[in-house]
Amino acid sequence: MIHVNNLSKKYNGTTVLHIENLEIPKGQSFGLVGNNGAGKTTFFSLLLDLIQPSSGKITSNNIQINTDESWKVFTTSFLDESFLIGYLTPEEYFYFIGELRGWNKADVDAFLTKYEDFFNGEILNNKKYLRDLSKGNAKKAGIIGALIGNPEIIILDEPFANLDPTTQIRLKKIIKSLAEDSNTTVLVSSHDLQHTVEVSDRIVVLEKGNIVKDLVPTTETLKELEEFFSA
Amino acid sequence: MILGALYFMSMFLLLGFGSYHILEKAGQNPFDTINSFALYYLLVDLVIRFFFQKMPTLSIRPFLNQNVKKNNIVRFVLNKTMLSFFNFIHWFFFIPFTITLVMKGYTGTAWIWCISMLLFVYINNFLAILIDKKDAVFYTIVGIFAIFGVLQYYSIFDISLYSNPFFASFYKYSFWALIPIAILALLYYLNFKFFKSNLYLDAGLSIEQNLATTENLTFLDQFGKLGTFLKNDIRLLKRNKRAKTTLLMSVMFLFYGLLFFTNSIEAYNAPVWKIFAGIFVSGGFLFNFGQFVPSWDSSYYPLMMTQNITYKDYLSSKWWLMVIATTVSTLLASLYLFFGIETYLAILTGAIFNIGVNSHLVLLGGAYIKTPIDLTSNKNAFGDKKAFNVKTLLISLPKLLLPMLVYAIGHYTLGWQFGYLLVALLGILGFAFKNKVFQIIESIYKKEKYITLEAYKQKG
Repeated sequence: MIHVNNLSKKYNGTTVLHIENLEIPKGQSFGLVGNNGAGKTTFFSLLLDLIQPSSGKITSNNIQINTDESWKVFTTSFLDESFLIGYLTPEEYFYFIGELRGWNKADVDAFLTKYEDFFNGEILNNKKYLRDLSKGNAKKAGIIGALIGNPEIIILDEPFANLDPTTQIRLKKIIKSLAEDSNTTVLVSSHDLQHTVEVSDRIVVLEKGNIVKDLVPTTETLKELEEFFSA
Repeated sequence: MILGALYFMSMFLLLGFGSYHILEKAGQNPFDTINSFALYYLLVDLVIRFFFQKMPTLSIRPFLNQNVKKNNIVRFVLNKTMLSFFNFIHWFFFIPFTITLVMKGYTGTAWIWCISMLLFVYINNFLAILIDKKDAVFYTIVGIFAIFGVLQYYSIFDISLYSNPFFASFYKYSFWALIPIAILALLYYLNFKFFKSNLYLDAGLSIEQNLATTENLTFLDQFGKLGTFLKNDIRLLKRNKRAKTTLLMSVMFLFYGLLFFTNSIEAYNAPVWKIFAGIFVSGGFLFNFGQFVPSWDSSYYPLMMTQNITYKDYLSSKWWLMVIATTVSTLLASLYLFFGIETYLAILTGAIFNIGVNSHLVLLGGAYIKTPIDLTSNKNAFGDKKAFNVKTLLISLPKLLLPMLVYAIGHYTLGWQFGYLLVALLGILGFAFKNKVFQIIESIYKKEKYITLEAYKQKG
């Protein structure tokens, strides 16, 4: 599904990301972990053509990301609050995304009922604009927005951060159920090792822009990761 | 911002030095006239402050948990407001005016008058803080003065008869200056008490939240993708302070034509100015809004860049918005029919040129402006130095010069009707190039995508 080839990103001569070769097959639930500055967000931004690679390329479904825009049809993402339109209510935001992805209001409404639990009554019908929501609630809206329109690739940057414990557990369930679908490839980055181990079929550890570990989670994985990061 | 400040400073300076001579030439006693209107002057100042002066409440937050006494925080904040440009600007009027007074033979106590007037400016400063966010109080004050204005206009009750001796007293009896000093001290004390008792995150320092209602605007669904974007643009205009200011300025542009069509300014009597006015009257929104496309969407540009959106749909919606607004402005401007059909024809011609040519030019210019817009504040609403570069200037010039030139050619060869016809034809011709222009803008957007994304990340 996604092929990364000799990809690098440099700022003023400093390499912040260098990935020789990485393949993410269709349907995989891909977890990306690493400390601050390891290059997680840089990688996701490159995947979304928000920044230009210094060298190399990424292809998604054989479409080269930075030359052809048609990957947008099957890719959705939520990286940060700049993916939210502050002056809309959550409902208006969902309908807007829905319309862009070919869903009408009824489709979106039906879709949203599946996530009533996740919203916990704090998102819909609350007479608040997205800009006035707390960080955690804004994040909930952004994550669900990224699931609209049956995307084949979903990219979520730090989805667990700022969420309350109950919501974290519910989000894990949502990501796991997406991972079960063999048509949906989910890419998640996190600082939380345990969450990542739980939701991913594969974990890649980035350090200073390089891939230092590429694991399939087993019962020993969490321990291995903890040892790595405490070293 | 600096450009705007320099502009206002020089305007006030010019007025400060010029008023005396202008009023004298008009057969008025300058000092009496200024004093008669001082009350209105101060009121207008208060209105402007109410809308534009940023209150210092937010800047307090970081101090709260530091080892600083509350009294000091409040004093610091109140004193800081005194340094605001909104106060400083009035120095540029009153000081040169007083210099002129003294040169014209007024005694040195004119300076007491000057200081008193400036004290009133500072009284306004503290008044503005007290009535901030209290719409009811503010509109009551404005309402009362509006009534005074009407009464004065119909010569029923002339408040300027009281205003003049009151303000003139500061010149005649120096000790009167104690009055503004006392008011200022009282207001400072009230502000101090008010601030100190509200120095909590859930009281005076809370951030105002509007009750939101979901608006589906389903009537726009019939326009497909275009409707999707139009819906958002309408919400953008309705729900953001900065966008609302733009709407307000567009309405003010409607009245700009009065300067030209009433023949009140001699320099504007040349025929080409009529078309200039026509462009401005019908194109207020087009200019004010259009020049900042795509900056309006800067705070969520990454979303727009990763969604399944074509630039053409996006641009079309902005273009239609400008066309609709220009049409509405032109209809509202039918009031100018009062000045005769020729005047309205100028506006109509201006509208055609705006839709056909200027709508393309503003979008083209906007593609090069990479200033993020903070929708929730009015900061930089009057211009920003980054928004002012050679490219945008070059694209801006033809917006006004071209129709004036073309009109002049027609006017001085075959007559004014022909002038209007030529400008209108040029507008229709421009319309034919819409697709081509959109292609060019698209390619600029694509070329500048990464730079724009990076620029929008920097917050104001």
